[in-house]
Amino acid sequence: MESQQTYNYTVVRQFAVMTVIWGVVGLLVGVVIAAQLAWPALNFDIPWLTYSRLRPLHTNAVIFAFGGSALFATSYYVVQRTCQTRLFAGGLAAFTFWGWNLIILLAAISLPLGWTSGKEYAELEWPIDILITLVWVAYAIVFFGTIARRKVQHIYVANWFFGAFIITVAVLHIVNSAALPVSLTKSYSVYAGTIDAMVQWWYGHNAVGFFLTAGFLGIMYYFIPKQAERPIYSYRLSVVHFWTLIAIYMWAGPHHLHYTALPDWAQSLGMVFSLLLLAPSWGGMINGIMTLSGAWHKLRTDPILRFLIVSLSFYGMSTFEGPMMSIKTVNALSHYTDWTIGHVHSGALGWVGLVSMGAMYFLIPRVFNRDGMYSKKLIEVHFWTATIGIVLYIAAMWIAGVMQGLMWRAVNDDGTLTYSFVESLEATFPYYVVRLLGGLLYLFGMLVMLYNVIKTISGAKAPEAVPQSA
Amino acid sequence: MSSFWSWFISIIAVLSFIGCYLMIRWTSRRRAGEANEGEVTGHTWDEDLQELNNPLPAWWLWMFYITIVFGLVYMALYPALGRFEGIFNWSQKDQYEAEVAAAEARFAPIFAAYAKQPIPQLAGDAAAMRAGQRLFLNYCAQCHGSSATGAVGFPNLTDEDWLYGGTPEAIKTSILKGRQGMMPPMAAALGGDENVEDVAHYVLSLSGAPHDAAKAAAGKAKFGACAGCHGPDGKGSLAMGNPIMGAPNLTDGVWLHSNGPSLEAVMTAIREGRSGEMPAHEALLGEDKVHLLAAYVYSLSHNP
Repeated sequence: MESQQTYNYTVVRQFAVMTVIWGVVGLLVGVVIAAQLAWPALNFDIPWLTYSRLRPLHTNAVIFAFGGSALFATSYYVVQRTCQTRLFAGGLAAFTFWGWNLIILLAAISLPLGWTSGKEYAELEWPIDILITLVWVAYAIVFFGTIARRKVQHIYVANWFFGAFIITVAVLHIVNSAALPVSLTKSYSVYAGTIDAMVQWWYGHNAVGFFLTAGFLGIMYYFIPKQAERPIYSYRLSVVHFWTLIAIYMWAGPHHLHYTALPDWAQSLGMVFSLLLLAPSWGGMINGIMTLSGAWHKLRTDPILRFLIVSLSFYGMSTFEGPMMSIKTVNALSHYTDWTIGHVHSGALGWVGLVSMGAMYFLIPRVFNRDGMYSKKLIEVHFWTATIGIVLYIAAMWIAGVMQGLMWRAVNDDGTLTYSFVESLEATFPYYVVRLLGGLLYLFGMLVMLYNVIKTISGAKAPEAVPQSA
Repeated sequence: MSSFWSWFISIIAVLSFIGCYLMIRWTSRRRAGEANEGEVTGHTWDEDLQELNNPLPAWWLWMFYITIVFGLVYMALYPALGRFEGIFNWSQKDQYEAEVAAAEARFAPIFAAYAKQPIPQLAGDAAAMRAGQRLFLNYCAQCHGSSATGAVGFPNLTDEDWLYGGTPEAIKTSILKGRQGMMPPMAAALGGDENVEDVAHYVLSLSGAPHDAAKAAAGKAKFGACAGCHGPDGKGSLAMGNPIMGAPNLTDGVWLHSNGPSLEAVMTAIREGRSGEMPAHEALLGEDKVHLLAAYVYSLSHNP
């Protein structure tokens, strides 16, 4: 109980529980729209059930509700423990919890109603954007205030990443969301044309780079050495990959706009900086995976560690794939196809999802003062269903994407296109069904986790933990 | 781009590369006082968190160096550094134009040969019609459907019913120049909204669709306002010898703006008017491809 008084665990507990709940909600919406892509009639001609409105709801729910809650929970937990001090400004921390969840609630109402600024991953309208800014400033005060009054001299590497993520997301959000309101529910971007597109993808790619990468690397740097009970592999590698990662990510956005009205020079810079990003990204993967050296055997028995390490393999895979896809000649094939969707989900389901789940399995019993999760067996079940789900999802989208790219560019001897668009859609159908199956498996795993978490918090003992009488 | 921004971009881009290089050079060497390989750095957080100070893996360093060199070479060869166009003098616009020119040189003779043949003859040429169908599926099917049977608001091209004429020349002109179909709101011209329903019943009666006979009789008296375009007998502008107006024949049971006869759709048309546009394709496809497309459309209703 000592640590319960020393540290502010209330807000960590709140965010940890919401991580699991929003995870279920976000994945469920994802499964619905995956089903709609295979069978469009599943929108039942109801406007707020249409793909166009549910898709931003899915992305907002998984990135900002699920991913955001995981980041709040872990960063609040990690910064307190590694600074050996209680969270700064407890009232503000509580405000970030209630404010963030209010934002998610408003998103869940406004997006199905069709209120949107039309900016991908930044669809929420201006009043909600202002609320996001307020919550984020409070978050920064709490986090950096805690760092400022730390009782240890050095700042732990996880906090570098959390700090970079908090600062950068603030800048990205404010610049990209700048808009002129015309009513309470509608505003127009202050940027126009190509500049609007470039600002959008500067934001969009750095949302991936800082929200979904730097923040989650912060998680990785605390929970992997803790769970493996091994020191971080290389301090030097942490330094070099941290600084190069945050410096180079800023430039990679234009690779989303290859062969468009964006000037050639900006496209080229986007491509070379994306390639330059490969080594800094892999630096994090190496540092995490090599932390296990001398403790590889733990992977056999410890499903939580398996979540964390497999997440890094997916991180390494998608950060190799990303630079490759940024090469113009590859992009000419992959752009606008489902390959992009596969790439995003190998990062989202594989890296962000698995590392968050692993961290939650570590953190939840500790902040709720339990000996461990209710059932280790259910963690195993979750791990395997999630992993198989991811593999089905990304393999289906890879095949579908490459096939679409090849079909769209195929020409006959007379120069006419071999396939019409609808033929490529028809050919994609089976892969959409396989993708749905993968999504369902991943959602099932999340539901198993929810059950396990509820049982853990309510203090139940798993049957496996009770000694069996002969 | 002003020279300020050109230099601004170039300097920051090159400095970022140099910065990466210096960063990895600086961290890849062990300095005096640092922990040795395999030893922890001496800092401990949260009871047991420690860091080793292993050297950077050589293969990883090499990967980093290679991407740096590749990036610098690429920025020298291709446009990247502000206004500098790169040694290759490449641009996406030039690439596009070169590819289009190459395709034109290779494929244009095929379509030029088709364009020399009259449309009815092409319509009977199986190879030409396969090429025509592929053009149709990519440029026309979005509105008229893969089977060319149309949709609500988009004409069926397989029947014998034409708004602007089904001759080879008329079809070709429709595709080349596009068509504007415009029916004005007519309630005022009919003497008020109360007459709209009567006229609609009369319109339905023209093709023998279910209608209210009394209302239709009342509507017939008002139909004069419609006759200017649709003709006194409602057979449309084409029957009156006008090939550019596009006022539909109301007597043939073909309905452009609804699936089958619909009182509601006819009343909406009379109250609010209709506006349809077939876009011009001359600039997009060129006359030779349009010729082949016209032959394909012609073949749909003229089976040889």
